[in-house]
Amino acid sequence: MKKEQLKAENYKLCNIDQVKVDEILDKYPSNRKASAVIPLLHYVQKKSNGWLPVPEIERVAEILDMPYMKVYEVASFYTMFNLKPVGKKLLQICHTTPCWLRGSDQIEKSIYDTLKIKDGETTPDKMFTLMKVECLGACVNAPILQINDDYYEDLDYKSTKELLNKIKIKKNIKPGSVIGRKSSEPYDKNGNINVTK
Amino acid sequence: MDELRNINITIDGIEISVPQGSTVLQACEAAGAEIPRFCYHEKLSVAGNCRMCLVEMERSPKPIASCAMPASDGMIIKTSSEMVEKARKGVMEFLLINHPLDCPICDQGGECDLQDQALYFGKGETRFENSKRAVSDKNMGPLIKTTMTRCIHCTRCVRFANEVAGVEDLGATGRGENVEISTYLEKAVSSELSGNLVDLCPVGALTSKPYQFVARPWELTKTESVDVMDAIGSNIRIDSRDGKVLRILPKNNESINEEWISDKSRYAIDGLSKQRLDTPFIKINKKLQRVSWDEAFEFIISKISNISNENCVGVVGNQVENESIFAFRELFKKLNLNKILPFQKKLTFSRENRSNYLFNSKIEGLDKCDYLLLIGANPRVDSAILNARIRKNYIHRDLKISSISSQQFDLKFNYEYLGSDVKILTSILEEKHKISNDFKNANFPMIIIGDEVLQNDCSLDVQKISTSILKKFGGFNKNWNGFNILHNYASTVGAIDILSEYSDYNYTAFKNDINKNLIKFVYLLNADDFDFDISSCFVIYQGHHGDKGAQLADVILPGAAYTEKEGSYTNLEGRVQYSQRATFPPGDAKEDWTILRALSEKLGKKLDFDNLLQLRDIMFSSKTMLKFDENIYSSEPKIITKSDFKSSKLNYENKNFFMTCPISRCSSTMAECSQVNG
Repeated sequence: MKKEQLKAENYKLCNIDQVKVDEILDKYPSNRKASAVIPLLHYVQKKSNGWLPVPEIERVAEILDMPYMKVYEVASFYTMFNLKPVGKKLLQICHTTPCWLRGSDQIEKSIYDTLKIKDGETTPDKMFTLMKVECLGACVNAPILQINDDYYEDLDYKSTKELLNKIKIKKNIKPGSVIGRKSSEPYDKNGNINVTK
Repeated sequence: MDELRNINITIDGIEISVPQGSTVLQACEAAGAEIPRFCYHEKLSVAGNCRMCLVEMERSPKPIASCAMPASDGMIIKTSSEMVEKARKGVMEFLLINHPLDCPICDQGGECDLQDQALYFGKGETRFENSKRAVSDKNMGPLIKTTMTRCIHCTRCVRFANEVAGVEDLGATGRGENVEISTYLEKAVSSELSGNLVDLCPVGALTSKPYQFVARPWELTKTESVDVMDAIGSNIRIDSRDGKVLRILPKNNESINEEWISDKSRYAIDGLSKQRLDTPFIKINKKLQRVSWDEAFEFIISKISNISNENCVGVVGNQVENESIFAFRELFKKLNLNKILPFQKKLTFSRENRSNYLFNSKIEGLDKCDYLLLIGANPRVDSAILNARIRKNYIHRDLKISSISSQQFDLKFNYEYLGSDVKILTSILEEKHKISNDFKNANFPMIIIGDEVLQNDCSLDVQKISTSILKKFGGFNKNWNGFNILHNYASTVGAIDILSEYSDYNYTAFKNDINKNLIKFVYLLNADDFDFDISSCFVIYQGHHGDKGAQLADVILPGAAYTEKEGSYTNLEGRVQYSQRATFPPGDAKEDWTILRALSEKLGKKLDFDNLLQLRDIMFSSKTMLKFDENIYSSEPKIITKSDFKSSKLNYENKNFFMTCPISRCSSTMAECSQVNG
């Protein structure tokens, strides 16, 4: 970790809601404040454009009376905390076995063809960041792409491209299965839903 | 304390009994079985992450990590079975996957735990065909050199920094294969004890920066000695080669420094070879000239013809061993002079009773005490080891600490700050302050009086009222004495011991004499930290460094530094410890007592001893005070003063931990440290 990389000059702390912070802290005994470190980091990350600059980590440490290093250790341990800036839309593509078997490589290719970004890269307009992640826990609807907080399921090369293009032109997109499945209802090999009698 | 029950455990067929609460590893050690380990350390919390200490336990299908497993009754442990052997070999193979094979260029080579244990458990060839991981080196300041690729993530350094040193900016970042040990934002480790990280590191990841590529351990001559950088008297091992001190390591002494020494004790040694006085000098026409010993002595004799008890003062420095102080006293006695200053600053003690100026609870008492009041003391700067000991009690037993000092120091533990006015002590004595309850509830209350008080006019008043407080709340009995003076310098207690029965000359009297222009002759025995003006006097300086004293001197008699002479030092507890000679003084310089002996002969007043043993015989026979018993607490101090608190505010004195003596002032390592941390 290099100081230059992380310490943004003249960084202005993001606005956080004290009520929300207290709500998080209230869940833990007051003499075990440090237990709130993960929820608080999540909350602050959400507020500061999806990543945790050093001053934000220090702020969390101060709220919780923890040494800076201890909070930094936590933030660097968990992959869901981003220590580098991410785009407005964080694309997390699952590449664990079920998604991979169902064609996650094709989604990755589709994203590259549309946005010209690979794993860990951000588009020049700071709109999209791609990350390959491990199992998102929605294998029945594989392959999965997580965009910020929402899951997009049953994707393939074409539908991914359409999805991204819609986001690009700021059109509303509906989370969930792109082929219109309700939760994980079965469908046949031609893609027909409701095949059960 | 509750009496701990013993439990019986069988190790390799030997049945032994260990106290309850021991771990299997401790039981194995007690049974004489050696258990290899990397992460486990007696003085740190158990981490259990290196897995090297695996042993076989009966009825357990898998080997167990002995460092983390509490021993229980009836356990049957095997430490050298086939299963254990196989398990350890497996662990070692994994440890070596990412460890570079750079032992020939590694400073740890020859004293490396991993190297030693790879000899027994290493496979000899690797089955790992992928590339090894490489980790960028971290900046940890001027004392610690890092080669982080060698790190095996035992986290000893992290635990030491958090638990013992109290600096919480060391940690392990990342996860899995990407774990790296680093300081927060790569700052230098801001601790006075950071050198100990180097000792703790079982591999070559953290090595000593000033010592890098200097020597191999088997080339060094090892001398066990005593440190003089503070009044604690830490036990050290001096490693030297070809007449040069190359490094200093701590030596275990549970009663004093445990396993640690401060950075000043460890790294000031490069000052030993700079600005040394290697030949006698005399000042002719305001210029110092090199002369022989005989010429120097003759010069002294020619100048001191009209010396008298009125106009001559001897000043004892901060790092002088007892033998030289004694010889100095005897020389003055022979010349019928009695003005000897035992220390250079205005420190006010009452010297009648030995317990008046000692650290009576003893350093080990810090583990026992259950309430601590610091008055005008900054132990972190004055004696870092002692501060770590207080912190140990604070961490493990929740010791309650309060402090009265000029300002709120960062002592690396939390304490209640009571302001800078010592008048508060009166209300504590009268039970009008809430602190009185803390004293009342404590079985072993302790008061430590530091420099800020001793240099203040209220010194004796504070000492007296502290005695009264302790007496009122049970601070004195046959198992405890809670009255403690925190000395800063290695020779202060020794000097008071030796000089108090001969001369009660003190700083105030000396200041008066100077103001009245009475003083014409000054003999500085290794004294470099005085703040009085003696430029009009005839000054003899005896010492080892060209520091402040030598600049003012008319005659310089070159002496030996603490690594170059045999001597005894009395630490702040009153414990006498012997130092050994590791190297010889440079050039014509001589051991200090021999200079005094030679001078006495030239003056026609020959001292009564011809060698060190005779000197010690006389010294110890004439002084019963130098005796020290670990188990006996001295009687309560008797301090006589009016107690009117003429001044009661403590004043702050800016002190630089890294530069307190001629040796550390000449050390470039210390200069770098004070720049980084200052």
